[in-house]
Amino acid sequence: MAAAGMGQQWVLVEMVQAFYEAPAYHLILEGILILWIIRLLFSKTYKLQERSDLTPKEKEELIEEWQPEPLVPPVPKDHPALNYNIVSGPPTHIITVNGKECINFASFNFLGLLDNEKVKSAAQASLKKYGVGTCGPRGFYGTFDVHLELEERLAKFMRTEEAIIYSYGFATIASAIPAYSKRGDIVFVDEAACFAIQKGLQASRSNIKLFKHNDMADLERLLKEQETEDQKNPRKARVTRRFIVVEGLYMNTGDVCPLPELIKLKYKYKVRIFLEESLSFGVLGEHGRGITEHFGINIDDIDLISANMENSLASIGGFCCGRSFIIDHQRLSGQGYCFSASLPPLLAAAAIEALNIMEDNPDIFQTLRAKCERIHKALQGISGLKVVGESFSPALHLQLEESCGSREDDVKLLKRVVDYCMDSGIALTQARYLEKEEKCLPPPSIRVVITVEQTEQELDKAASLLKEAVQSVLN
Amino acid sequence: MLVAVLTYVGYGVLTLFGYLRDFMRQWKIEKCQNATERAEQKDFVPLYQDFENFYNRNLYTRIRDSWNRPICSVPGAKVDMMERVSHDYNWTFTYTGRVIKDIINMGSYNYLGFAQKAGTCQEAAAEVLSQYGAGVCSTRQEMGNLDKHEELEELVARFLGVESAMAYGMGFATNSMNIPALVGKGCLILSDELNHASLVLGARLSGATIRIFKHNNMQSLEKLLKDAIVHGQPRTRRPWKKILILVEGIYSMEGSIVRLPEVIALKKKYKSYLYLDEAHSIGALGPSGRGVVEYFGLSPEDVDVMMGTFTKSFGAAGGYIGGKKELIDYLRTYSHSAVYATSLSPPVVEQVITSMKCIMGEDGTTVGKARVQQLAENTRYFRRRLKEMGFIIYGNEDSPVVPLMLYMPAKIGNFTTTCHVLKIGLFVFSFYLYVKCIYVLKRS
Repeated sequence: MAAAGMGQQWVLVEMVQAFYEAPAYHLILEGILILWIIRLLFSKTYKLQERSDLTPKEKEELIEEWQPEPLVPPVPKDHPALNYNIVSGPPTHIITVNGKECINFASFNFLGLLDNEKVKSAAQASLKKYGVGTCGPRGFYGTFDVHLELEERLAKFMRTEEAIIYSYGFATIASAIPAYSKRGDIVFVDEAACFAIQKGLQASRSNIKLFKHNDMADLERLLKEQETEDQKNPRKARVTRRFIVVEGLYMNTGDVCPLPELIKLKYKYKVRIFLEESLSFGVLGEHGRGITEHFGINIDDIDLISANMENSLASIGGFCCGRSFIIDHQRLSGQGYCFSASLPPLLAAAAIEALNIMEDNPDIFQTLRAKCERIHKALQGISGLKVVGESFSPALHLQLEESCGSREDDVKLLKRVVDYCMDSGIALTQARYLEKEEKCLPPPSIRVVITVEQTEQELDKAASLLKEAVQSVLN
Repeated sequence: MLVAVLTYVGYGVLTLFGYLRDFMRQWKIEKCQNATERAEQKDFVPLYQDFENFYNRNLYTRIRDSWNRPICSVPGAKVDMMERVSHDYNWTFTYTGRVIKDIINMGSYNYLGFAQKAGTCQEAAAEVLSQYGAGVCSTRQEMGNLDKHEELEELVARFLGVESAMAYGMGFATNSMNIPALVGKGCLILSDELNHASLVLGARLSGATIRIFKHNNMQSLEKLLKDAIVHGQPRTRRPWKKILILVEGIYSMEGSIVRLPEVIALKKKYKSYLYLDEAHSIGALGPSGRGVVEYFGLSPEDVDVMMGTFTKSFGAAGGYIGGKKELIDYLRTYSHSAVYATSLSPPVVEQVITSMKCIMGEDGTTVGKARVQQLAENTRYFRRRLKEMGFIIYGNEDSPVVPLMLYMPAKIGNFTTTCHVLKIGLFVFSFYLYVKCIYVLKRS
């Protein structure tokens, strides 16, 4: 202790000596610096933004004068999206729209499971056991044994390690993408991607690079550009994750993505693939497993498959499946999974029963495809309308061959065609979009949905009625 | 003071152990139980940063059995839980097949006990299920608008006392898809510190500027409002197009109730708009269950956008927004959910209709009113007793959400296991160091 004290004193003596021996300019400079520091410490701080020399009275006046916009702008009464069709009764094969009985060509009930008796009785049994709601998110007493069973069944059906279910179809892909892709990561996405994917990408804050619809050359060009960028900055490239997001069967255009070429690009440029299969699940492939079965691709090559259960499975909700390494992450980071109540058990039971039916009757997929081909052929040759979509796609679009000039007029024209068909007993609808929010707005079209329940006469009737409608409206 | 220090020490020790274990795993002394990347994709950019998963691997997995407990009965006052054990310290679970019966349920948000497997609600839902089926397979604007939805919306508007209402399939999505439709670039959102993830996501997706005010602190809110109007948008100084204040009725983390009269006074003074998220308070507050607006005796016309969910008090699923007719017409046309997302499932709609009519007394009984009163009594009794026993409780006196503070991270796992053994079902937030009990209506 004494030695340290002595050491301290000795240092002090040295300091005083140095002080006397230092040159004058040195001391003056240091003195000025110290005075400057003292001045800064005691000067009043000011914020850059608040350079306001406004008096309180002026502030009051500003507050009085400010007028906000109305919360919402008024919507004209005849806006096409304002007046909904009212469906009385179940939206099944024969549907009562606005009081008129029609054949349903507008609901995505591809496998006709919406009014299947077995599905309904499974849901009834679940209702008697669990009631309706789950009253909690999955983490807090909202996990029921039906949810676990559904996840196992889906994983087994799709031949992946694990599956995770969400309680809303839209939220599935919109929560899955931001769970993996964060700010600074790069996502290559097709132009025709659906709105849910766009919202997922927006929530992820990553760099989005759009490539032309189904154009592999354009995608390869973007990937090559990214590669040259990476070579400039290899350290950053080592931590930037890359993803390609595509849909199996595109909702907006009705065609399939070229999955084999995408897999080749994946391994060449080391990008992960997220596949959205809402329309192709339960439709494509020999057993309905989707586009991977359709093309004969190993399911492990796709990093994440996301689909909603609201189309073929005729329930509500969505699921993601893939390897446990990928899916398990969503259990803590999927926003729509952690912060939302779980799927009502009766809907999960309905989905399980629908899966059972899909597994027991693999020939319905072939039947559905045959019907799609039939109507696709029958709808060719309507002058004025062109068919957009693959021949085996159950959700087609009918677009005007020549536009009237403005989107509004096109929409009005198509509405007249739809009304004509509805009056004669075929229920159709226009494809709806949020015009200002879509990144690449598709042209206005009529959506035609083919289901397994439609008979061949009904298909022919629909085709001939559409021909008539277009002729009468366009002339 | 001591408690704070000990809590930090506890976390510090856990972190150190975490680093030690990671080190051992890296050097293969300890087996790595995590799922790993495919061999063919080992040279891809890693999907997860190492540090993101640190918390998951080392802290969360130790006490993972406190969450995601699967149940196999109605989430009523008592619930049956599936027994599960882990032989490798919570990395994997196996189900023994046995069921633990009659656990007192203090974790489900079943405030009024409408999640039942028998009774009028369930029978009505069964009827609708056999008539309509489970799904809808279309969006509201296309072919998914059933007559049941119109009936529900008219009933919700009457229940809340507003001009019009619109219902959506998911409560979370109601916020995240409608806030972007209401505000956009050039608008300002003032959001409470403790708002729910759905409100935060909706605000972010809208593209508006977001400013946060301290939780339930009216001075902080007033200062932000004044500054916003006086100075305008940052850098360009243009006036804001509109200002939207986002608050919740009952905050699910704190158990506190928003200071609604003061917020409304501020909103009127500064000409801004109020978005009230009543996910927890609808059905649970107020003499007739109409929510936080009735609790304070205010008029629903003062709140511009009244949003809520059907998951908690009504025992169903989905969300709604109520307000003036122009607002709802606008949302019918421009809401993301109406255009792109499937509408509510019909049996779920029927459950909401029946339970809402019960609360309103329109089914001819006083069952609904009795339940609302019982919930209020239970809440006050429970809080009083916990205080007498010496626990530290947060939140408002009348809020049915009761956060009980534990503080030490080490106690979390122990507390839940002990409660599990005593047959009480609660849930724990280790991030916020809470144990949260939500008091459910006891009907027996």
